[in-house]
Amino acid sequence: MSHDRSIPRRPGDISRREIMQGAIAIGALGYVGADAATSVAIAAEQQSPVGTPITRYIGTAISRIDGDAKVTGGAKYAAEYKVPGLVHTFVVGSTIAKGRIVRIDASEALLVEGVIAVLTHENRPRMADNDKAYKDDAAPEGAPFRPLYDGKIKFNGQPIALVLAEESEVARFAASLVRVEYEDEAHVTDLYRQRDAAFALPEPAKPRGDAAKAFGASDVRHEGEYYVPIEHHNPMEPYASTVTWDGGGKLTIYDKTQGVQNVHRYVCGVFDMKPDDVRILSPYVGGAFGSGLRPQYQVVLAVLAARALERSVRVVLTRQQMYSLGYRPAMIQKIRLGAKTDGTLDAITHDAVTATSQYEDFYRRETTWSGLLYHSANATYAHKLARLDLATSCDMRGPSAATGVYALESAMDELAVALKLDPLELRLRCYSDRAQTEGDVPFSSKNLRECYRQGAEAFGWDKRNPEPRSMRDGSDLVGWGMATGVWEALQMPITVRVVLTANGHAEVASATSDIGTGTYTIMAQVAADMLGLPLGSISVKLGDSTLPQSPLEGGSWIAASVSNGIVTTCKAIREELLRLAKKVPNSPLAKATVDEVALADGRLMSRQDASRAILIADVMRHGAVDRIEMEKSTSFANDGKHAHNTHSALFAEVKVDEQLGVVRVTRVVSAIAAGRILNAKTAHSQIMGGMVWGMGMALHEETLIDHNFGRIMNANIAEYHVPVNADVHDIKVIFVDEQDEIVNPLGVKGLGEIGIVGVPAAIANAIYHATGKRVRDLPITLDKLL
Amino acid sequence: MARALATTQTTLLPPGKISVELVVNGVETKFDVAPWTTLLDALRERLDLTGTKKGCDHGQCGACTVLVDGRRINSCLTLAVMKDGAKVTTIEGLATDGALHPMQQAFIDHDAFQCGYCTPGQICSAMGLIAEGKAKTPDEIREMMSGNICRCAAYPNIVAAIQQVMGAS
Ligand code: FES
Ligand code: FES
Repeated sequence: MSHDRSIPRRPGDISRREIMQGAIAIGALGYVGADAATSVAIAAEQQSPVGTPITRYIGTAISRIDGDAKVTGGAKYAAEYKVPGLVHTFVVGSTIAKGRIVRIDASEALLVEGVIAVLTHENRPRMADNDKAYKDDAAPEGAPFRPLYDGKIKFNGQPIALVLAEESEVARFAASLVRVEYEDEAHVTDLYRQRDAAFALPEPAKPRGDAAKAFGASDVRHEGEYYVPIEHHNPMEPYASTVTWDGGGKLTIYDKTQGVQNVHRYVCGVFDMKPDDVRILSPYVGGAFGSGLRPQYQVVLAVLAARALERSVRVVLTRQQMYSLGYRPAMIQKIRLGAKTDGTLDAITHDAVTATSQYEDFYRRETTWSGLLYHSANATYAHKLARLDLATSCDMRGPSAATGVYALESAMDELAVALKLDPLELRLRCYSDRAQTEGDVPFSSKNLRECYRQGAEAFGWDKRNPEPRSMRDGSDLVGWGMATGVWEALQMPITVRVVLTANGHAEVASATSDIGTGTYTIMAQVAADMLGLPLGSISVKLGDSTLPQSPLEGGSWIAASVSNGIVTTCKAIREELLRLAKKVPNSPLAKATVDEVALADGRLMSRQDASRAILIADVMRHGAVDRIEMEKSTSFANDGKHAHNTHSALFAEVKVDEQLGVVRVTRVVSAIAAGRILNAKTAHSQIMGGMVWGMGMALHEETLIDHNFGRIMNANIAEYHVPVNADVHDIKVIFVDEQDEIVNPLGVKGLGEIGIVGVPAAIANAIYHATGKRVRDLPITLDKLL
Repeated sequence: MARALATTQTTLLPPGKISVELVVNGVETKFDVAPWTTLLDALRERLDLTGTKKGCDHGQCGACTVLVDGRRINSCLTLAVMKDGAKVTTIEGLATDGALHPMQQAFIDHDAFQCGYCTPGQICSAMGLIAEGKAKTPDEIREMMSGNICRCAAYPNIVAAIQQVMGAS
């Protein structure tokens, strides 16, 4: 194999070497000679309106700044910190779904040499005795699960003991010797069995018109029931916490989480600890997809053990044990669509029943998407929740939309068939320029029409023969299907700290996380542009509870929140530099206001006249400061006059082996309108990842429960099928231009969820087109097609 | 399993440790390990080479892929004592003199990962794949890389990265 390092580059790709060169140039700071790229940036800046950011890095396809760490094994995840005297552990889980522990006998386990203790509800250290202490930022209504609190069993696999040992194998072996006696109670884990006992939730959104009446009077009607099973996130990194005992009861905890400050508050609450005595670190997270929004039980077990032994402890869950965490709830949905013969909608009704535990009410507004996505004078939504003897369900990538839009977009396809209308044409006839669910307001931006157009063109949709079973490739049936995707452009209050030092380096920090989303990289890009520094001169800190406040990393809101947060803080830096610059004798910026100046190329300069500039280094030297530190909070006012959403158009091709029922997804095109794209490369990966998740949802993923035992049967990653490399073929992602000056200053709308939404329906619709069979329960496995 | 343990009056003794010699990333390494310790745990916990990941411990995900005598294996399905005398290459052993291996660079260039947790296994697996010399087309790469799950689903980019290195060699 050759070791030639010359690598063909993609357009827009800036190599690490260039970044390093930039860093050297600016590091000297006496250097003002603008290189080519900077000149371009300045030229663009001079023509741009006041306040528009210089975008030398924003929007480009820069490689991840944490890439080196990840390809060399240098990136450390929660279970990988070397701590002297570490205690290893193994979790014992319950083998019944409901009841109570009569007796735990750990005597045999304790005989194993190297076992230190077996922690149970009977001998654990003290922990809080009130629900409030266990409520984390993402906790739904109810009484949160308290690990190892008492002998009650609420779900199968519930942690009931923790074996502590000097070596992990010893702990694991000894765990097999812990004997448990239970008193069983009757349980129910089947959503269909509990369907009638489900209780109604408050109206998900205000209904409009009279949907029942309008449906009855419609020219063409479609009614269908759709099912989505329980799915598990299965991030590749198992849940883990390494608790280091720092002495005096202080703890540093490396935890797998999507919110270090959420875990921090939670640990302080559960163990009645002072904020300064606990620090949560999570610089790298091996995927989470929503499963890390809430603190997971391993962190409680690890802290209990550390406090019991006054030693450092690690708890790592096995793949099997991760099936005792949260999951995407199973969901039964009923949709009614009534239309005129011209394909305009008269009525939408969307009813859902979803599952939660016996102790918390987790649900999202699944049904409301239907009233948002298409124009209809009449719409109603209903949502019921069924209690099952399972752990509480939780958010999983595209929560509510992945499931709700699957049902809606399948139903729309069926309506198109009933209307004898092209499915894309039907979407255009029902197109909604206003958000009817939010008081009939316009969108801050909505370029879905362009998504349809560009997506259809890239896919070749116009060559589709509408007749099912009409297209073939050899012995395979070929099907083309499409669907729409929608998500919210959310943003949350955030605080960002920026420290600019006189040597031309800046550190940008916030307690957010990067779960693979590219947060490190976009933070560096935005800070570099806002401070006019080369990317290599920016360092990023996140994943540390002691950093400035950040919301949880979820809901696709971090990119928008943190990038605009950086804009705010960098403006404060600019303001301070300007204040100092005005004191410089004969300052060329004596009369300038903060909005009239920009930072570029190591200088503070007038936006109107780039020749009126001062080197940042000179400004700081005159001001006798060697660092400027600013920490500012940003919140996002919603004017209530606009809806903030992202949209996508999906087109999928499947090939179905008629004899075997095997489905291959040979092509998928996703055209996305999601505001400003901060990094073309990481954004592409975000959407592509979501699309593959959609393929898994459509064809593979299903958590199977043996309802007799209330136990998950396929709690592993061989029998719970997720897409593998061979399942994924031609994936095309198109970012449709969408400028949004309303949603936030940078016009960023977020990408984490939108990628999956609509994909399952596009595939299901393609399968119908290929086979003439309409399968309304996911996943569409081959047995359902034979 | 319990019977494999020696019982004294008050304790169950775990299996005794055996001396093992491995050449890990070119360095001769001698250590004592119990026969029930997997190569994966030996690397991660005894030798502090945590670049090799544990995703399932059951041979189902490929996160633990390393090269043993040049061939890719799931280190979670191999006991350390079985590999006495073997040459093991992990992700930590690929870069030379601080310069990334072309496969590592190709993964960065093509954004062939997001969270990075499956990545060391993917890269080692890709090295093994190229050494095997069987995969020529993208479809063959896809098929023969399917033992390595990427939940972030960087699959097309992984294939592109491997193709880049194949094209250069
Ligand atoms: S950890 Fe070895 S295959 Fe998953
Ligand atoms: S990069 Fe996250 S699992 Fe592959």
